[in-house]
Amino acid sequence: MASAVAISAPRPTSRRQVLIEKLIGCGFVFPVCVLLLLLNIVPLGVLALLSFTDYQMGAVDFGFVGLDNFAKALGDPVFRRAVTNTLIYVAIVLPGSVVLGLFAAVLIHGRLGSRPFYEIVYFLPITTTIVAMAAVWQIVLHPGLGPVNAVLQRLGFEPVMFLSDPAFALPTLAVIGIWQLVGFNMILFLAGLSAIPRDLYEAAEIDGCGSPVDRFLTVTWPLLGPTTMFVIVTSSITSFKVFDTVVAMTKGGPMGSTEVLLYAIYLEGFQYFNSSYASVLTLIFLVFILIFAVIQTFVLDKRVHY
Amino acid sequence: MSAPVRRFVTLFLVHAALLVGAAFILLPFVWMLATSIKPPEELFTAQLQILPDRFYGVENYRFALENAPLLRFALNGVIVCGGILVVQLLTSIPCAYALAKLRFPGRNLLMTLVLLGLCIPVQVPALPIYIGLAYTGLLNTYFSMMLPFFLSVFAIFLFRQFFRSFPDDIIHAARLDGMSEFEIVWRIVTPSAWPAIAAFSVFSIVAHWNDLYWPLIVISDIELATPPLGMLFFANAESGTNYGALMAAATILTAPLVIAFLFARRRFIQGITMTGVK
Repeated sequence: MASAVAISAPRPTSRRQVLIEKLIGCGFVFPVCVLLLLLNIVPLGVLALLSFTDYQMGAVDFGFVGLDNFAKALGDPVFRRAVTNTLIYVAIVLPGSVVLGLFAAVLIHGRLGSRPFYEIVYFLPITTTIVAMAAVWQIVLHPGLGPVNAVLQRLGFEPVMFLSDPAFALPTLAVIGIWQLVGFNMILFLAGLSAIPRDLYEAAEIDGCGSPVDRFLTVTWPLLGPTTMFVIVTSSITSFKVFDTVVAMTKGGPMGSTEVLLYAIYLEGFQYFNSSYASVLTLIFLVFILIFAVIQTFVLDKRVHY
Repeated sequence: MSAPVRRFVTLFLVHAALLVGAAFILLPFVWMLATSIKPPEELFTAQLQILPDRFYGVENYRFALENAPLLRFALNGVIVCGGILVVQLLTSIPCAYALAKLRFPGRNLLMTLVLLGLCIPVQVPALPIYIGLAYTGLLNTYFSMMLPFFLSVFAIFLFRQFFRSFPDDIIHAARLDGMSEFEIVWRIVTPSAWPAIAAFSVFSIVAHWNDLYWPLIVISDIELATPPLGMLFFANAESGTNYGALMAAATILTAPLVIAFLFARRRFIQGITMTGVK
């Protein structure tokens, strides 16, 4: 990353010009510096500070409590469940959206006339307001008036309480998460596929890789490696930040089965006003995101050198 | 099997698989439109019927529009997205130009901070910013909804990449012609970056039109709600009572971006998938 920063700007000739350039440069970046300080650096400092206090929003005074909040978070069953639920959600959405996205991309890649149609359809969920679509999903999955349960009953099954059965709620949200993400991943894979030179396929065919499956395994899959890594990391971050569907559909229920990390932070920080405790949870959230970000930087660098 | 037959079978299987996927994706959209024109009595009796026996669309849409200020939500969405985008462009373009083409003290530090900022989602500084807004009495304002997004490190990063490839010779020539750096940024370099700016604008508008987390935190006045928040209010108020109207409301609030997407498919896909940073 550091090497990307050192670029060759034009070298001004006179000292006066150098000074003017410095002043103009500082002037141009000044608003951004103020915003960076105000919206990122100071808040991060405040967050770190609050995490060692017992501050509650609206309280007149507060004291320092050391690492008590961290200890509380680690022992808090609600919080631990939120982390577990989030990771389960990621564990379903990640493979689902990546595998289906890749599958769709490989099938669409060879289409000429129908490609725009499929692109539009698969990309549609990304442009829509998820809260509105959550309301629709609630009706689609409704035990009494939804088509899904109507079909299940026609086939002789018992109706499934997709959103009010603790065993089904989180997987159901994950399926909706896949529905949201699969088109996005498909588009990224399509970009990766179009970067693969055509003559490689011809060469593979001459070498005896005749069937589509052989061609996929010998050419497509290895060359898509960097794209795949990139898709995996971005999908992990997106699904780790699951929030909208939880608020709109389950509110963490039934029986806490869909309580996820961001929802727990939202409740502590903005509903119960436990600011200090919410700060700790936010810092833990940040650690998870930074782990993904480090992997992403690593992967992106590899992608550039590829 | 002869080659043409095999080709036909393959093609058939490919389209069959793609259409199954398409049906899964489209199911909620079809159901949203179908339910929005159904009368209440048909909801429980004809679950598998798409078109209603009795067209009830006018009543459902009228009920939705009369009982929730849907157009107000949409207008709020336009105001918030517009305000955010304008400030993002005004602050990030000069900064990106300076980072790409000027030498000034602290440039490498700022670039490092921008790269680090790319990793921090808005949910992290949300709590301190919220406390700050609460103490200054600014909660429940358009300003509070826009503030955290005035800075877009992503825009800075993206535009810097774009500006770096802008020829230095043209900038030198413009300087020799007596143009100020201000003019160079806005009249020469910015127009050349039009594709990047358009792509970023799509990305920014889609992200903030659909954002729920931050408006949910700072807005409790329904008059200021953006589409997702308004939809949440309406859904909570109407839950279990009037599904047809609820779906009509969902249709109205989803329509603007979907229609824009259908008209500018390439721009949209390019803008949203430009990077994985969301």
